[in-house]
Amino acid sequence: MSDITKQSLSELIKNIKDKKLSSTEVTKAFVERSEKSKELNAYVTEDFSAAINKAKIFDEKPNLDLKLPGIPMAVKDLFCTKNIKTTAGSKILNNFIPTYESTVTQNIWNEGAILLGKLNCDEFAMGSSNETSFFGNVQNPIDKDLVPGGSSGGSSSAVAAQLTPITIGTDTGGSIRQPASFTGTVGLKPTYGSCSRYGIVAFASSLDQAGPMAQNVKDCALLHEIISSYDEKDSTSIDFKRNNYSKELTNNIKGKKIGIPKEYRVDGMPKEIEDLWKKGIDYVKDCGAEIIDISLPHTNYALPTYYIVAPAEASSNLARYDGVKYGFRADGENLIDMYEKTRSEGFGAEVQRRIMIGTYVLSSGYYDAYYLKAQKVRKLIKNDFDEAYKKVDAILTPSTPSSAFKIGEKTNDPVSMYLNDIFTVPVNLAGLPGISIPAGHDAKGYPLGLQIIGKAFDEQNILNIAYAMEEKINFKNKITDWWIK
Amino acid sequence: MSKDKSEYLINRKDNQYEVVIGLEVHAQVTSESKLFSTSSTKFGAEPNTQVSLVDAALPGMLPVINEYCVKQAIKTGIGLKAKINKRSVFDRKNYFYADLPQGYQISQFKDPIVGEGKVILDMPDGQKEVGIERLHLEQDAGKSIHDLDPKNTFVDLNRSGVALMEIVSKPDLRSPDEVNAYIKKLRSIMRYLGTCDGNMQEGSLRADVNVSVRKKGSKVFGTRCEIKNVNSIKFMQMAIEYEANRQVDLIEEGQSIDQETRLFDTKKNETRSMRSKEDAHDYRYFPDPDLLPLEVSDDFIEKLKLEIPELPDEKKKRFIEKFKLSPYEATILVSDNETSNYFENVIKKSDVKLATNWIIGELFAALNEKNLEITESPISAGNLSKLINLIKDGTISGKIAKTVFEHMMEGDKDPKKIVDEKGLKQESDPKALEALIDKVIDDNREKATEYKSGKVKLFGFFVGQVMKVSGGKANPQLVNEILKRKL
Repeated sequence: MSDITKQSLSELIKNIKDKKLSSTEVTKAFVERSEKSKELNAYVTEDFSAAINKAKIFDEKPNLDLKLPGIPMAVKDLFCTKNIKTTAGSKILNNFIPTYESTVTQNIWNEGAILLGKLNCDEFAMGSSNETSFFGNVQNPIDKDLVPGGSSGGSSSAVAAQLTPITIGTDTGGSIRQPASFTGTVGLKPTYGSCSRYGIVAFASSLDQAGPMAQNVKDCALLHEIISSYDEKDSTSIDFKRNNYSKELTNNIKGKKIGIPKEYRVDGMPKEIEDLWKKGIDYVKDCGAEIIDISLPHTNYALPTYYIVAPAEASSNLARYDGVKYGFRADGENLIDMYEKTRSEGFGAEVQRRIMIGTYVLSSGYYDAYYLKAQKVRKLIKNDFDEAYKKVDAILTPSTPSSAFKIGEKTNDPVSMYLNDIFTVPVNLAGLPGISIPAGHDAKGYPLGLQIIGKAFDEQNILNIAYAMEEKINFKNKITDWWIK
Repeated sequence: MSKDKSEYLINRKDNQYEVVIGLEVHAQVTSESKLFSTSSTKFGAEPNTQVSLVDAALPGMLPVINEYCVKQAIKTGIGLKAKINKRSVFDRKNYFYADLPQGYQISQFKDPIVGEGKVILDMPDGQKEVGIERLHLEQDAGKSIHDLDPKNTFVDLNRSGVALMEIVSKPDLRSPDEVNAYIKKLRSIMRYLGTCDGNMQEGSLRADVNVSVRKKGSKVFGTRCEIKNVNSIKFMQMAIEYEANRQVDLIEEGQSIDQETRLFDTKKNETRSMRSKEDAHDYRYFPDPDLLPLEVSDDFIEKLKLEIPELPDEKKKRFIEKFKLSPYEATILVSDNETSNYFENVIKKSDVKLATNWIIGELFAALNEKNLEITESPISAGNLSKLINLIKDGTISGKIAKTVFEHMMEGDKDPKKIVDEKGLKQESDPKALEALIDKVIDDNREKATEYKSGKVKLFGFFVGQVMKVSGGKANPQLVNEILKRKL
């Protein structure tokens, strides 16, 4: 069967279950395409021969009752994978091989999936373009020298370029949805507490969530139902009734009330984003949903709040990378000298910047003015959503204020880089689920995404809305395979 | 509260200084596993054999609270008559050190699990109440070992993540003796509760000691110094004495005291500056985002209250009221649960007064000499009670009982058997005694005449002679009676 890698996850599963394809054939196809796509630099660690071996073993005694029977997939290198190097995109973990598996990836392997390798990402997931990775830039398959978004840039690039049928990323301020938007793919940031954080290298604990990335909404729903589970090993994991999201997926969203927040019409927003949003509104109307104007008054404060809370937590979460126990260590005259050299050489500039910001905002004398104030604003932002959800079932916004930009375009301007997260960050601060779906192209032919934000634990609803819109939008990603010689 | 008659004051020329002390006691929670992981807390294991992925702070590892440790902290709070906070928060205390794998210690800063309480001290001149400011739960760090290698420091993470209760007193203590009484009382309460074994050798109980001085009568606190991590009562007392005198000397020389953290050098018996206030760490406390606020229900607390045993203060009251013990005797017997249990077992079948004297006197002295705990006593409560009954019913004299007791200390033998085997039974047959006494008088004719002519002091001589001849077995009461009659 040709064009295996062009098939969606659902098609692959069906073909394997119908015995039209073996896991080995599928795995080999993705390995071959991945081998030919090194220029994208999507992988940090390849585990291809092991993957083919696992596929062969699977085929010997295939368990076709599993949800991902022999499906190969690569995952973001922020998930700890047993006996497979896990770097978080950082030099400081360049030699780190976990002896344990993250809950989310374990859930995936339990359903029969096979690890292809670990995907590039911004260092410790800090970045919006994958340019902060110690392992270099990732190319967006949409166009040469275009960023794939970040921090899950290796993941978005790999899904869009069909190096993996699906993948998982993590989203602290938009790290799934923004790269999905930049690459014409679908990415879901689940409700905080839906997916276990156990075994995921932490960036900002109160914001981090793992989530699925796929080529379409249905695949995304299936992967979400697999990775979402209550986990006693994560104290912030929430024990709620989880749906069979893919099974219960419906395009019937008649009568759903969709909110349009006026505060998301930011100054200087490109007209094509404005137009895309309008188109999105028309699509949901076409589906029989009702549009309601709403206000999320504290939206303006979300980005500054995020850039206090996230670095504060990160500054503490990253203290464990000290050269003492594992990972990179630089020689030093004494303990302090060793710390300083290890962390100066082991962390990149963006990570160091955020550690310093975080250390500053937690310092005595500044704590109240920054961290404590930010926590209060965070509550107000959450209250905004709570108020809105008294009137609407979901909220529709653009995913990003622009399409993908060129590599190097924003590296010297961190604030302009941070502004990329303006529509995604409030969702993390409020702990809500949000999904980005491809909804059109800009003048350059680069994909643009729309975001649907849901109530807490209401992933089913936003998946349904996304599913209905997807059908109307009928988006076709323009991938030319330019990188394959 | 009685007024302290034996005030601890430091005298210099015309000035008298009072010492003000507050303690931050770090008590290891008695628990099978650590505060946020399932690793064992057993003492004395090979280095780094009780370390989970969480304790070593591997990437992506998350803390999960150990419910048992929470219960232990609440029970301790109840024992300290303290307010239990139904909502408490775990914070991160951030600092770098080789034996702190996370780069932060999980502790409770703003919202501790236990609020204000009190401890009653039994001082020689009456009771004294010491206020408890708070009790909070926190993780212990690992151990850095600097003396195994000339160049390298080794780290043992077995202690990393072990649950500690930090119990902060108000600055209510005024002397090394009060500190001694306070630590002992605190330890006693926690041992009764089973929440901390109080073993100072194993580091289960350590304290940071805050010391300041002020002129007698002053209501204003002086600048305090904190002496870090002192691990025995004796060292605490020595450190306080040194530190208080150091501060007084500075004041007398017209100098001021710097607020600082100091270390106590046990070999030189002095405190030394560790870091000044300016160099103090900025710990950047903030709520640990990996843990939700800890919330406990009234029901949860009420159930724990049902598990609280009779505590030393209540037991002491009962002993005084029910057994008519003196406050001094009661204080000693309730000092730990094992001792009071032993006492109550002995008096089940024997005389209270005699039992009290024998336990506080002979038994404690003998155990002390052999360096044994009451639980290791060679004499069981049952056998001690048999011995007391042998005295009470006149089978043996108190003096002979001491001999029997000595034999019993050599191994847990039935005192009756010892008496029988060694022929130590008291001679209480009047006829036999009369014969004995007649012989003694006969042998000491001259003295008997002197006695009769008014030298009554000689009576004791005759008693002694009779006892000697009888090998100590003569019933002293009968000897007295018969001697009076015969002489």
